Amino acid sequence: MKHSASQAALASERLHFRINGESHEIVAPVNKTLLEILREDLGLAGTKHGCELGECGTCTVLIDGEPMLSCLVLPIEVQGHEILTVEGLAKGDQPHELQVAFVELGAAQCGYCTPGMMMSAKALLDSNPQPSTREIKEYLAGNLCRCTGYLQILEAVDAAAKRLHSSRQGGNGANSETFRRGEP
Amino acid sequence: MSYRENDTNYSVIGQSLPRVDGMRKAAGQTIYADDITLPRMLYGKLLGSRRPHARILSIDTSKAKAIPGVKAIITGEDLPVKYGILPVSEDEYPLEIDRVRFVGDPIVAVAAVDEMTAEEAVRLIEVEYEDLPTSFGIEEGLAAVEETSRIHDYGPHDNVHKQINLEFGDVDSGFEAADQVFDNTYFYSGNNHLALEQHSAVAQYGADSRLTLWSSTQTPHYVHKALASVLKMPAARIRVIATPVGGGFGGKSDPFPHEFCAAKLSMVTGCPVKITLTREEVFYAHRGRHPVLMNVKLGVKNDGSITALDFQSFVDGGAYGSYGVASTYYTGALQTVTYKIPAYRFRGVRVFTNKPPCGPKRGHGTPQPRYALEIHLDRVANALGIDPAAYRKSILVDEYSMTVNHMRVTSCGLGECIDKVSQGSNFNSLHGVLPPGKGIGLACGSYLSGAGLPIYWNKMPHTSVDLKIDRGGGVTAKCMQIDIGQGSDSVLAMTVAEILGIHPTDVNLVCADTDTTPIDLGAYSSRVTFMMGNAAIEAAEKLQKKLFAAVEEELRLSKEALSNGTERLRSAAGQIVHEVGGVPTGKSTSFRKAVELAEAKFGQLSSTGSFTPQKLGGPYKGSGVGPTPAYSYSAAVARVRVDLETGIVTPEKVWIAHDIGRAINPTLARGQIEGSVYMALGEIFMEEQAFRKGQHQFPSMLDYKTPTFLEMPPVESYLIETNDAEGPFGAKEVGQGALLPIPPAIANAIYDAIGARIDELPITPEKVLAALALQEKGRLAQVGPSKLPDYQWPGPIRIDPVWYDQPPEQWVETRRREGSKC
Repeated sequence: MKHSASQAALASERLHFRINGESHEIVAPVNKTLLEILREDLGLAGTKHGCELGECGTCTVLIDGEPMLSCLVLPIEVQGHEILTVEGLAKGDQPHELQVAFVELGAAQCGYCTPGMMMSAKALLDSNPQPSTREIKEYLAGNLCRCTGYLQILEAVDAAAKRLHSSRQGGNGANSETFRRGEP
Repeated sequence: MSYRENDTNYSVIGQSLPRVDGMRKAAGQTIYADDITLPRMLYGKLLGSRRPHARILSIDTSKAKAIPGVKAIITGEDLPVKYGILPVSEDEYPLEIDRVRFVGDPIVAVAAVDEMTAEEAVRLIEVEYEDLPTSFGIEEGLAAVEETSRIHDYGPHDNVHKQINLEFGDVDSGFEAADQVFDNTYFYSGNNHLALEQHSAVAQYGADSRLTLWSSTQTPHYVHKALASVLKMPAARIRVIATPVGGGFGGKSDPFPHEFCAAKLSMVTGCPVKITLTREEVFYAHRGRHPVLMNVKLGVKNDGSITALDFQSFVDGGAYGSYGVASTYYTGALQTVTYKIPAYRFRGVRVFTNKPPCGPKRGHGTPQPRYALEIHLDRVANALGIDPAAYRKSILVDEYSMTVNHMRVTSCGLGECIDKVSQGSNFNSLHGVLPPGKGIGLACGSYLSGAGLPIYWNKMPHTSVDLKIDRGGGVTAKCMQIDIGQGSDSVLAMTVAEILGIHPTDVNLVCADTDTTPIDLGAYSSRVTFMMGNAAIEAAEKLQKKLFAAVEEELRLSKEALSNGTERLRSAAGQIVHEVGGVPTGKSTSFRKAVELAEAKFGQLSSTGSFTPQKLGGPYKGSGVGPTPAYSYSAAVARVRVDLETGIVTPEKVWIAHDIGRAINPTLARGQIEGSVYMALGEIFMEEQAFRKGQHQFPSMLDYKTPTFLEMPPVESYLIETNDAEGPFGAKEVGQGALLPIPPAIANAIYDAIGARIDELPITPEKVLAALALQEKGRLAQVGPSKLPDYQWPGPIRIDPVWYDQPPEQWVETRRREGSKC
């Protein structure tokens, strides 16, 4: 991982977090990024990294529901805030609709961008439960994927949105076959 | 969407089942190389050269060694054995010893207690260089240089790495017989794979003198072989485990310095060592698309039929050999497998330059010539006044034919591909008549379903699958293949499940481990589905035979009726069912019960299947590049909008049809096609590995632009199923071939929109505006390379063609088994 600090050893701080609904307290150097804390100190390796310069979206986590690039966040900034990572996406053994749709519709190929992509998508669906194709594209444009060409991801987010919406309406959720590919 | 209807003969094959590794990926549970942490693990860092070409005069590591937490520092002297993916160009050291050849060329490796300390140590290493003359491009690369300034001391002369001159049939007579000759020059730029996962490896050398390397690699077998050679250790004491690859696209197919260095540092320190490249280091490690300058000279009759083709490739190789010899041959090998070409001359030359080494990227050496050839055919069709789709159909290669350069063509659905995309896009009525600024273009392509030959000469199988059935009814499939996202794990599970009549999720996979799995050469050349698939079928059918024998005994069935085919047993949905005339008799045994019976009868149930392509290729040097058990074919139509003020080109929609033989899993196949279209669009419009004095101009994901959601147009995909006679269930490749027709289809669409040709990639707004400006001045409206290097080619090797009139059964080994599942 990349550091700009020229000093190897900086002061450590005691840090408190709420991650995936649990409280954590760790002692770590203050210049470590949230990404590094998650992956190295807390063993939450589901959050990935593609550049560590805030360019690819792969390390996206939610902080108080907002998507943030964990490679650019210093933990001291987010103490006491609610952090959600891919490990907290499922409810117990019930996967999130996004996870189901990603798997069913081929939205994960190598799977490396998938956690960050789903976290951004969750933030979108939480704030805009019925996004248009255009809105999905704009919201997710900061998350890069090199495998899929994005179209199956687009379908999966659309499918998850419809299922979530339908289940909120008390319906059975839509069937994936009924989703057609979005055009702008 | 236009997918084939379900084939009722199959219960698993052809189903869009979720990929078997999907849920773990969606849960963030897949363990990639950089996710591995071991007790006492150290972190490694590499120091790369800051000069593009220089002698190393001295390396001072004393300040770095003095930092607390630095555990070991190694230099080239510690690993003084050359390696290279191809035996003909073993020209790299893990750490260069006396000379560096590109900015980023690794020189020193450090292991420390954490990454920060390792980085700090790297910063404090002092290297004294003596600069040498540099060469950064094709023209420069062909120039004469002093013996002492050559980038390498091998190759025919100066900085030339490889030169080829092959002549198939009577080319001169072909041009004499032509009514018209079309001659033009093209350029395809180099670009990076940019897999989202950076390369990473973890090495652990134990007190038992055994080494384990976990690495994000597409080719664990070749890494294993290279480690044994460089570390001078018996291969039997080295274990390579390829971790799930977070995107490959060819970029993780070479053995890399960080893999050797992690291993050596672990041997030196006795601790596990992890080295993960930064994004910037990935840009310098590269092995991406070769920049290629090309000339196409095509002789045609007035009806468009081809009389001769002369193709020249000038390949910018970068600093090392890598796959470059193969890449250079590939720029000439596959022109003949799409259209009838009776006489063909191919000349290719690869030069060393002081830039990161190029290698294989999706399509390996074939997107460049395909771009040139398909634009060229558009020119011909335009000049002759023939519709480009109809023109291509009139010159299509025959199914089951031999090309002039001895490539064996078997199943070919290219004509159907052209029809599908033409109809879907309404090409015939829209081409040539859209308003200014709007255009539609068509192009085709073809790719291998696996290279016919392995990378190093041997006669062993290219792949093997071991199966073991557990008493509980679970099946374990072992194969060294590695899923790089293309879905090969799912292909393996689905294939075994289909034959044994179980669900793919009941197949446990053990893959990509040189200790525990039988050989597979790796995830390259689109070989895995075809080769591993055939091996898996063979292994599963062997087990099925044992299960059937046990069931036959248990149900007291007639041996005679079963062997003469009037009765049969069939595996499906967890049962082995007895049928007469295709109708179930009601007699059946569950899979699990059958397993118990068979294990009692035969002992532990295991089997092996393997696959080796039959001998293919002509009687000439270099004929090993290009042959494959089966070619895939594709055709694409692109619609574009060109802003005449700004020169910005927007792809509005892409239609693509791909002859996949059979889609084992249509959703995953479609993902490969759409991903290929996406990757091609990046190469066309924005991606370029560009340098200034050997420094990468933008080694970051922010500055190296790639398409986002917003740049991706809708894609209509058609899977064309030709049911190849030799493919597993009829399947052929899909992972790479679908990229090929896209760049020329876009270029042809731009011509349709503005009447100007852009003959070089990337197609930037500046080039479009330059073409429009030429048009306005009444000059030839084309932007591209203006001249060809004046290169003294070596004398040609002349090879007689194989004549088309040989009956196919003379040389096609048909493996289709009537009544069988494949």
